[in-house]
Formats: sequence, C-alpha cells, structure tokens
Amino acid sequence: MGRISQWFDRRGFAAMLIGLPYLWLLALFLLPFLIVVAMSLATKTPTAPPFSFGGDHPWVNGQAYVRVLTDGLYLRAFLTSVGNAGVAMMLCLLLGYPMALGLTRVSKSWRNILLMLVILPFWTSFLLRVYAWMGLMGKNSWFNGLLTDGWNLLVPMDWAVKSIPMMNSNFAVVLVMVYTYLPFMILPLYASLERLDPVLDEAAMDLGSRPWQVFRDVTLPQSVPGIIAGGMLVFIPAAGELVIPSLVGDASSPMIGRLISDEFSSARDWPMASAVAVVLLVLMVGPTMLYSHYQARAEGTK
Amino acid sequence: MQDAAEPFLRIEGVSKTFGSFQAVRNVSLSVGKGEIFSLLGGSGCGKTTLLRMLAGFEEPSAGRIFLDGRDMAGVPAWERPVHMMFQSYAIFPHMSVEKNIAYGLKHEALTKAEKADRTREMLELVQLVPFAARKPHQISGGQRQRVALARALARQPKLLLLDEPLAALDKKLREQTQFELMSIQARTGVTFIVVTHDQEEAMTLSDRIAVMDKGEVKQIGSPTEIYEFPASRFVADFIGSINAFDAAVLGVEAGLLRLSVPALGTEVLARGQSGVAEGSKVTLAIRPEKLRLSMEKPADGNAVQGKVRDLAYFGKDSLYRIALPSGVLVQAHAVNARRGDEGARVADWDDEVWLAFDATSAIVLVE
Repeated sequence: MGRISQWFDRRGFAAMLIGLPYLWLLALFLLPFLIVVAMSLATKTPTAPPFSFGGDHPWVNGQAYVRVLTDGLYLRAFLTSVGNAGVAMMLCLLLGYPMALGLTRVSKSWRNILLMLVILPFWTSFLLRVYAWMGLMGKNSWFNGLLTDGWNLLVPMDWAVKSIPMMNSNFAVVLVMVYTYLPFMILPLYASLERLDPVLDEAAMDLGSRPWQVFRDVTLPQSVPGIIAGGMLVFIPAAGELVIPSLVGDASSPMIGRLISDEFSSARDWPMASAVAVVLLVLMVGPTMLYSHYQARAEGTK
Repeated sequence: MQDAAEPFLRIEGVSKTFGSFQAVRNVSLSVGKGEIFSLLGGSGCGKTTLLRMLAGFEEPSAGRIFLDGRDMAGVPAWERPVHMMFQSYAIFPHMSVEKNIAYGLKHEALTKAEKADRTREMLELVQLVPFAARKPHQISGGQRQRVALARALARQPKLLLLDEPLAALDKKLREQTQFELMSIQARTGVTFIVVTHDQEEAMTLSDRIAVMDKGEVKQIGSPTEIYEFPASRFVADFIGSINAFDAAVLGVEAGLLRLSVPALGTEVLARGQSGVAEGSKVTLAIRPEKLRLSMEKPADGNAVQGKVRDLAYFGKDSLYRIALPSGVLVQAHAVNARRGDEGARVADWDDEVWLAFDATSAIVLVE
C-alpha cells in the first residue's frame, strides 16, 4: 500500500496526469488548427489536394483573408450566423432558466425524472428530429394548418393566408436550434443553481426582499457563471451550425458553416474555406479568452 | 392602543405539524421588550421550528403569534419587523461586507446618506470598519458572525432571532462573543430570541430560558430558577448534571419532607413542596456541587457513606464518583480550595467518605 501511494506521489506522475490532456489538445486541436491556418495562406490550384505553396516569394497568399473581409457575402454570412445564434442563445436562456430553477426546487425523485426528460431527446437521432420539424413546418402539415387557421381567425380577412411560410427561413433555423441546444443551456444552469444555498434566499426574504427581489439580488448574480457557460455552449456550436441551416434555412442568406462546407466541397477552394474557418474561430475564441482574462483578474483582486 | 399588560411578544397555543409529525405542540409564552430569551433543547425539540414561525418562514398549524400587539398570522417574512441571524450566517457570497450589511436597508425609505450612515454605524458596532470592502471568503468565521449580526440589526428590528449564534465558533472565541452579544443587545435594546442546544450558552446569555422537549415547553424561568428549581426530572437532567433517585414520601414535618430513598439506604429530609402528600412517589435530585464530601461523619443533617470509585481532577475542582452500599453511583463536585500535590485532595481512590447535603439543597420532583 505504502509503495503504491509513494509511486503516485512522485512528481513525475502528477506531471504526466496534467500533461496528458495537454498532449491530446496539442495533437488533436492545435496541430490541425495550424494546418488549417497554413492552408488558408496557400493558393488554390487544380491539383489534389487542391492547394499549393508554390510560386513567388513570399510563398504565402493572403488573398483569402482579403476576400473574407471585403466580400459582402462573407460579412453577411457572419452576421446571419451571429444573429441566429444570438437569438437562439437568448431564447434558450429564457426557456432554460426557469426549467433549471424548477429542477432545483422539486423533490429528489422528481428531479431525476425531469433531468432524464431533458436529456431524453439525445436518445433519438438528431437528423430524425430535424426532419420531424421539417414535416411540422411544411406547408401541408397539420401543424402549419392549425397555426394558419388560428392566424386567419384572429386577423382581418384581407390578411388571411393559405399557409404560414415557416420553412427555409431564419425563423425555422432559430426554432430548430433552440429545440436542439436547449439541454446544453439547462444542464450548466442547473449545475450552478443547484449549488446555491437556499438559506441565502431565506436570508434575503428575512431582510425585506419579496420573492422577485430575492431572485434579482441573490439567485441571478450567483448564477452568472452558469449563464455564461450555457450561453457559450449554445452560441458557439450554433454559430458554426451546418446541418440545421442546410435543412431548414434560407439558402439565399447562408450561415457561415454552410459557406465553409460549400467552399471545401463544391467550390474546392480550400484556402478560402480555411480562411473563413480561422476567422470564425478567432471571433468565437476571442471573447471567451477576454472573459476568462477579466474573470481571472476579478478573482485576483478578491 | 396597546394594552399595558400586553407583553411585547406573545405566543399563544402555537402548534406546527409536518405531515404526521408534530414539531411544536401547543406552545404558549411571553417575552418582554429588551429581553434575551432562549429556547433551549436538544435536536428535534421544535425550537428551530418555533423560531422559523416567528421569522415567518413557517405558518403555525394552530395558535397565534402577537408581536407588539400585532397578529403576525399571514404576514410574510419580508414584511415582519423580525430579523434572523442564521446558524450558517447565510452571508451573501457575492457581496462585500458593507453591501451585506446594507442589504436590508434597500427596502427602507431612507436617503442615500442615511443608509450610508446606518451602515457605517453597524460596521462600527461590530468593529468591522477596516473590513468593509472585503468579500465574505476573505474574513474569519468570527468576523462573518459579526457581519450576520450587523446585517440583521441594520434595519432596527423589533425582534432579533439568533439560531445557534455561537455554535460555529471555537471555545475561546465563543466566550468572548457571548459577552459581545450581550453588550450589543444592551446598547441597541433589541429583544433577542436565541435558539441553542448549549445549556451553558443559554445560562450565560439569557434573562429567561424556555426548556423544550419533543415540541413542548417544559419550563420557563431565569437561569437560576431553571438550575436550582427544575420543575421536572427532564429539566433537572438536561441542565447541568444531577443525581436523581426514586423516593417515597414518609411524612411532612415542619415544612420538611421525610423521604425514604432506597438507593441511599437511609431516610432524608428535603425542603417541602406544595402538592406533595404523604405516600406519594417522587424523585429526589441533588446537584453534584451541593454534596459535601468529608472523611468523618458529619454531626447532623442528611448523610450517606460510600467509597470513592473514580475521580477526575479539573484543576479548580474535582469530580468524584462514589459508590454507595446499594451499588448506586453518585457524582460529587469538590472545590480544590487548598494548593498542593496529590495529598491536597479531599479524598482518594477507594477512600471511605461521607456525603452530606442540606435539606434545602435537595430537589423534590413530582414529575
């Protein structure tokens, strides 16, 4: 027994434990990313693979970045992506927060059942669920028909429509994204809300705060880390989402994931696709790093 | 107008039931303005539930609570002029010491300057001015306790509820804090209701104590009354240590009861008590420090002989465990008045000793 613990205590072992995930990230994230960065600086050629670093000094080509930053197509795609992802994130937060809060307030046995229900959609294929939504939103579905009838009942005659155009719109993209990413918002929120001490709520109430004031002063500020974690878990993948906008989105205003995919496959412009991917990553990682920098500083002054 | 005879806080026949469990049974008591009143009892005796009903976190299942003449039924926690110092202190971790103390003032109709003044005043009261900007995790446990106290006092409550105020502090700090609490209470004049399981804490802090057991109030009285004149065997046992024996009343003579106590193997005289008739079964109880230990037979009074089975030396006094001929063990405290080594003790292991006590020191319990 003593020997084993000695072995575990050796510094080398601790270094290895810490080192392994770093090695993993190095080999499977940083290295591929550097390859992508390199590719983005190459020149498109009709070869296989379809790029090269040939030609004149300085052997690299910044043309792709110039296009990303100047061509309105990419700018619009970025704006559409950030807009859709942002709206989806806010809606996930508005829907997810009460659900997560509710989870912390029910009995243990109910909590387990409800938590399972949150995760349950993952058990069926993601594609299947998107196709189900496509069916619901389609012009001839009962769902669309029901909404159309409701609309026609409520509005004046000359506003009446045959069906509500839901498919192939940003509305459809946001709806399906909210549906898909909601658990990623609920779970981190639940994790942070569950750790809060309910006695603090009582203390605030005891000091004269009504329940909504207790929420505003005590619960909400303490759940900020959960809100940020959930927000990032929803926003980042949603901004780069490919499948949902491809299936239900508006083809005339593509999201950025769609552009990357198109550049890689149909246009066979790998440097362009890589440049868009690099810019997307910088846009996503930049604010995250800023946030953790400021949080570290805030904690340092505590 | 308030009736002159109306007490400041009146709890009237209050009960609380959780499902089939009755946490508080028909409790009635009154507390005067400016009093330090303790609810003392073991865990699960209902003291915390009673406190939570005063704070407004629970509604009584039956009975009523009047504070300063006002019926508290249906008044939510946030509208009661009652504040609580929680056992875990419940300090908001995301706010500085100052913000914590000022929190309750948010809801007061005060100007900004008045709020700042009041906060300052509270910081001074609990001597935390240099720590105002600190976050709760940057101060010690004793300081957190003072933050909790200042926060609860900042709104000038009519009633301050303290849930095990000293339980989380170490012994040295506890004694110091005890006196601090009392001096703060004296300065602010706020009525304190203290919940505690620690009898020493209750004895030193309180003007009056209610001893609780299984949801019922067993006795209410000053610390002296509770200690010297316990009303039942439970209270006598719970507060301090006591030697209790079954006894039968043989007769009543000149205000004294003559008792037959089989465990002592003799008849003893004890101060009479109303409602005790000849022939009734009672409990004779004697505090260990009321027993006089000697090597020679005392001239008169109640006395029994025994053998020292065990002794524990505490420095200022010693605790003796003495076996009587009947086999019963009796505890006796003796002050070590003389200075010296082993020989200075009143008695030693296996010594045959006499135990004597006055008739007035013996407690006769009917319950």
